[in-house]
Amino acid sequence: MNSAADMGGMHGFGPVVPEKNEPVFHEEWEGHSFALNMVTGVANLWNIDAFRFKRESLPPPEYLNLSYYGLWTRTLELMMLEYGIATPEELKAGHAIAPFKQAPRAVTAADCDNMVRCARPFSRPAPGPALFKVGDKVRAKNMHPKHHTRLPRYTRGHVGEIARIVGCHVFPDSNASNLGEDPHWLYTVRFDGHELWGADSDPKVRVCIEAWEPYLEKP
Amino acid sequence: MTHAHNHGHDFHHEHGSELSEMQLRTLAIETILLEKGYIEQAAIDELIETYEKKIGPRNGAQVVAKAWVDPKFRKWLLEDGTAAIGSLGFGGRSGNHLVALENTPLLHNMVVCTLCSCYPWAVLGLPPLWYKSAPYRSRAVADPRGVLKDFGIELPKDTEIRVWDSTAELRYMVVPMRPAGTEGWSEEKLADLVTRDSMIGTGFPKSPKYLK
Amino acid sequence: MNGGQDIGGMDGFGPVQPEPNEPVFHSQWEKRAFALTLAAGVAGGWNIDMSRFARENRPPNEYLTMSYYQIWFAALEAMLKERALVSDDEIAVGQTLKAPKPVSCILKADDVARVLYHGDPTERETKTKPAFKAGDRVRAKMMNPVTHTRLPRYVRGHLGTIDRVIGCHVFPDSNAAGAGENPQWLYTVRFDGGELWGADADPSVTVSVDAWEPYLLPT
Repeated sequence: MNSAADMGGMHGFGPVVPEKNEPVFHEEWEGHSFALNMVTGVANLWNIDAFRFKRESLPPPEYLNLSYYGLWTRTLELMMLEYGIATPEELKAGHAIAPFKQAPRAVTAADCDNMVRCARPFSRPAPGPALFKVGDKVRAKNMHPKHHTRLPRYTRGHVGEIARIVGCHVFPDSNASNLGEDPHWLYTVRFDGHELWGADSDPKVRVCIEAWEPYLEKP
Repeated sequence: MTHAHNHGHDFHHEHGSELSEMQLRTLAIETILLEKGYIEQAAIDELIETYEKKIGPRNGAQVVAKAWVDPKFRKWLLEDGTAAIGSLGFGGRSGNHLVALENTPLLHNMVVCTLCSCYPWAVLGLPPLWYKSAPYRSRAVADPRGVLKDFGIELPKDTEIRVWDSTAELRYMVVPMRPAGTEGWSEEKLADLVTRDSMIGTGFPKSPKYLK
Repeated sequence: MNGGQDIGGMDGFGPVQPEPNEPVFHSQWEKRAFALTLAAGVAGGWNIDMSRFARENRPPNEYLTMSYYQIWFAALEAMLKERALVSDDEIAVGQTLKAPKPVSCILKADDVARVLYHGDPTERETKTKPAFKAGDRVRAKMMNPVTHTRLPRYVRGHLGTIDRVIGCHVFPDSNAAGAGENPQWLYTVRFDGGELWGADADPSVTVSVDAWEPYLLPT
């Protein structure tokens, strides 16, 4: 979807303001928001693409005004509601309300240690040969799906070059809507700044993205 | 109206009241998941401890320092980042598909995730607020020189700036150029010069004078 | 600028929600904000393009959270301060603190009807000829000015057809920046929905914009 999250190329946000000696978490609750998101991933309640899709689906004024971990907490609430992990009454009350279904298994500290150290690669066996090779010119499709996608608007319709064949990866557009992993060939595509931003832009800038094969076509 | 629905409109609140509200809402989620047996408290505590104290830019600094002194490791790192950092015990979450980018006198690399906040946790820990915020996400791909100015950096006009937008699960780290005047230094001492920002592309390593 | 105002094609805002029996103004302050903006424009000497830029020139998260007249009012304050007609201190206390700067004219009550009737025509004489004629194929430029422009992002780079040569009109990109009216030929340009939104778009849809010549390239 063309979400508020898709902000590459937007103006008006002001300068980047790095914070000196920034703590990892600004408040204790942020650490908990972070950890809760990780454990729900380990518990396999939903996949990361579905989580990203939910987050970017927030109405733009809400998305743009919540703090970073505010977004995570808000998205967690919505996911828990959608996946039947909690009811609105429970979220409001701040605790479980009987009767409720017990989880099949609890995520332990050892599970998290394992997730941190090993995680789960996103590469999958190839469904067939890759359509493009390194050096090929490709055009990012002018697509505007309502579902989750990782093709940012600022690249759509533009011609770039295949810089690398990454491999076959889980396809977020499908996975986010729980339609299966549907792995596709993934490429690093390089664009000239002029192509993206116009003749007046910095001639020495190039931008690379990763794009799955369904995002690309011959120019 | 449900609690959850109410909070969709609460973004007008001042920052102060948003803090306590967020505390309550996060606690609500945690309590429910604990009570329903989805999680153990220890798992939450362990995760916070790990990313607050254990995993951080020090990991990436080790990788860069090794690449500076060991040409074979450097070659390996640039060809297969995941395996190379794995040999140092780094990997896992946001590090399963790691790509190292080499800065040269003619090429400067910068890493961003315009769509959210993807970042190489395995070598840099969690990203700073500025990396995740709208100014960086919106401007890094369109005006990287302007962004570098916000960091007090000006590159020569003929330096190519390559910006990498992390749209898939590949995670990028920049291998900055080794500062002059560090001949014969140990890996450990070199690692002290490598800053987090230099591995994102918004800074340079410290100069050797720093460690005098 | 690619600000919070350039939202053509953006998702996530939810359904259009018409208000039954909606009043012209929702509150007293809105009436005054509206009237003040028009009246102060005469004294302040700014043009409508400057007003529009003042409205859009703010962080997108603020733009998208503020109500319509909140944006007008914020822009009014900004323009008054820019021209040193009002200061921050005065706004804080709601009183005049120093002698007013002289202005060349103000809007008197007796003039209102005449001024409104006269309006703000933007067509200008020119000795130049239009570069394009009806039926010509043109491409909207890939341009990303940080200053005011009226070429929305969703058409940039796309192919359209000149529907009509409108005339020679004040050029907002110049006028907003105080660089003079710089009138340019203005055209209605029509784009196929598929061209803008991709192969899956509704084939019965076309979209037109009114675009000045500097926004367009011949094909």
